Amino acid sequence: MNSPTLTAPALPDLDDDDVAWKPPRFRWLRKNPTLVIGAILIAVMILVSIAAPWIATHDPTDIDPLARLKGPTEEHWFGTDALGRDVFSRAVWGGQVSLIVGLSVAALASVIGLLLGLIAGFVRWADGPVMRVMDGLMAIPGILLAIALMAVTKASLTTVIVAITVPEIPRVVRLVRSLTLTLREQLYVEAAHAVGTRLPTILRRHVVPNMLAPIIVQATFVAASAVLIEASLSFLGVGVPPTTPSWGNMMAEGRNFVAVAFHIILYPGILLAATVLSINLLGDGLRDALDPRLARQL
Amino acid sequence: MNYVIRRLLATLPVMTVVAIVVFLLIHLSPGDPAALIAGDLATEEDIRKLRTALGLDQPLLSQFLLWLGRLLSGDLGTSIFTHVPVTKLLGQRIEPTISIAAFTMLLTLLIAIPLGTIAAWRAGTWIDRGVMIFAVLAFSVPAFLVGYLLIYGFAVKLGWFPVQGYVPLAKGVGPWLQSLALPCMNLALVYIALITRMTRATVLEVLQEDYIRTARAKGLGVFAVLMHALRNAAIPIATTVGVGIALLISGVVVTETVFAIPGVGRLVVDSVQRHDYPVIQSVLLISAAVYVLINLLIDLSYRFFDPRIRY
Repeated sequence: MNSPTLTAPALPDLDDDDVAWKPPRFRWLRKNPTLVIGAILIAVMILVSIAAPWIATHDPTDIDPLARLKGPTEEHWFGTDALGRDVFSRAVWGGQVSLIVGLSVAALASVIGLLLGLIAGFVRWADGPVMRVMDGLMAIPGILLAIALMAVTKASLTTVIVAITVPEIPRVVRLVRSLTLTLREQLYVEAAHAVGTRLPTILRRHVVPNMLAPIIVQATFVAASAVLIEASLSFLGVGVPPTTPSWGNMMAEGRNFVAVAFHIILYPGILLAATVLSINLLGDGLRDALDPRLARQL
Repeated sequence: MNYVIRRLLATLPVMTVVAIVVFLLIHLSPGDPAALIAGDLATEEDIRKLRTALGLDQPLLSQFLLWLGRLLSGDLGTSIFTHVPVTKLLGQRIEPTISIAAFTMLLTLLIAIPLGTIAAWRAGTWIDRGVMIFAVLAFSVPAFLVGYLLIYGFAVKLGWFPVQGYVPLAKGVGPWLQSLALPCMNLALVYIALITRMTRATVLEVLQEDYIRTARAKGLGVFAVLMHALRNAAIPIATTVGVGIALLISGVVVTETVFAIPGVGRLVVDSVQRHDYPVIQSVLLISAAVYVLINLLIDLSYRFFDPRIRY
């Protein structure tokens, strides 16, 4: 007779001495450095933009004819532009335009793309038409479509946001549709269907929550590209009205002074690059953190 | 052959959608399109005349069919601003744009594919990391900032290249190439980043395959093994090259402005400020057609890379 004896493993003897304080090991940072660096950088950018009225050393629209095209000095940290306006103050204010456009386009494109993608994935007869329209939109290069849309409207922050959103929508629709096609076949969706749950409820409770991670990742990349396109449109002279201090507008104004006053282009350009880089890092980090499988698809 | 025809037919729905979008563009504006075209200084009478001249007083569908019919017969309309046929206008502007695009493509393939392959071969080392950091940076730094850095460094400070402008091929190959050097370097940067990333990813995957181990085991040199790998990675890379055409066309618009080159891209931007819709519509249509056609060609080239594919 060999009855198995069960003995519980001895509990570890936890004294206060054993749980001594250890220096933090920053595992979250080491595990995903791009996410953390990107998030911190973009947080700094957002804070600076919100605090622009207090950080700016000058009024961004103040003209000083005596101090035109001056290089960086103690008075003007980033120098002055062709009208003697302070480049540092304008650059600090200019961040607001970029961030507002980035956030709005990402949000708008994601919501509209989500709706259209769900329709394409769940409504059988709508799939063909919706996707053909998206294919057509994708065949027109993004900046060209945005430029053309700006041609038919009066330039303002709102029209710029709309003009950049339209070419970004197809990317989201494609992603959402492909996710929908997989999710539609999942057992829990079928089960919900079988017990008579109505479609809107199924979408809200079972389908959409399972798509959020990839959509958020996609949204960060949309935001990065929106910030770049906004600056390109302003730079080309078809973006936000030239009176608004935006990074693209500032660089457009510096176009004729490359040889004598390169700082007019350089500083807003560096800020713009840093912003896009931080959003891209954030996106890469989020992708790795939320959904490693997606890393291959995007 | 059958397959080619089927694929050609498959591009029809896409191009139809493009045509509809481009046609509707002008009707999307909140105001009266005729008033928008005529500008702020036009009188009521001018606007009415323009409306009749452009056929804007007819029903939308018949307007569209009329426009499409003219388009198919090769008539892209007349520029509102210069009163020159759009085809002629484009003809004058196409040489710089084609030159830039072709050289950028060449430069990209020559740099990106070896770079991506080396990064994959040396995955995890500082070479790989350096290449990847370059790729992320190139995606984030705006093209026009890079363009001005190139102008400032190579043209203003060193004086190796002309600062801006374009020299037509007719004026000699040397000056032509010199005027193309900086714009192409600038435009190629983003494209190189895209193709390098894709090349690295696919070659890295192929290098794990059994036949690569076999090739190594039988004593093939590094170069021969990498050529094996590259050939098997060719299809995804070719696809990315095709998708990147959209990036290239968008980039040309910005690059032409930075380097003051009188190409098609600059023409579009100027046309926006002049409300010259026929020109804008034509450029949109043509660039979409170019994008679709190049991607079709790339699709058809899969067989060349992989003879196992049969249509």
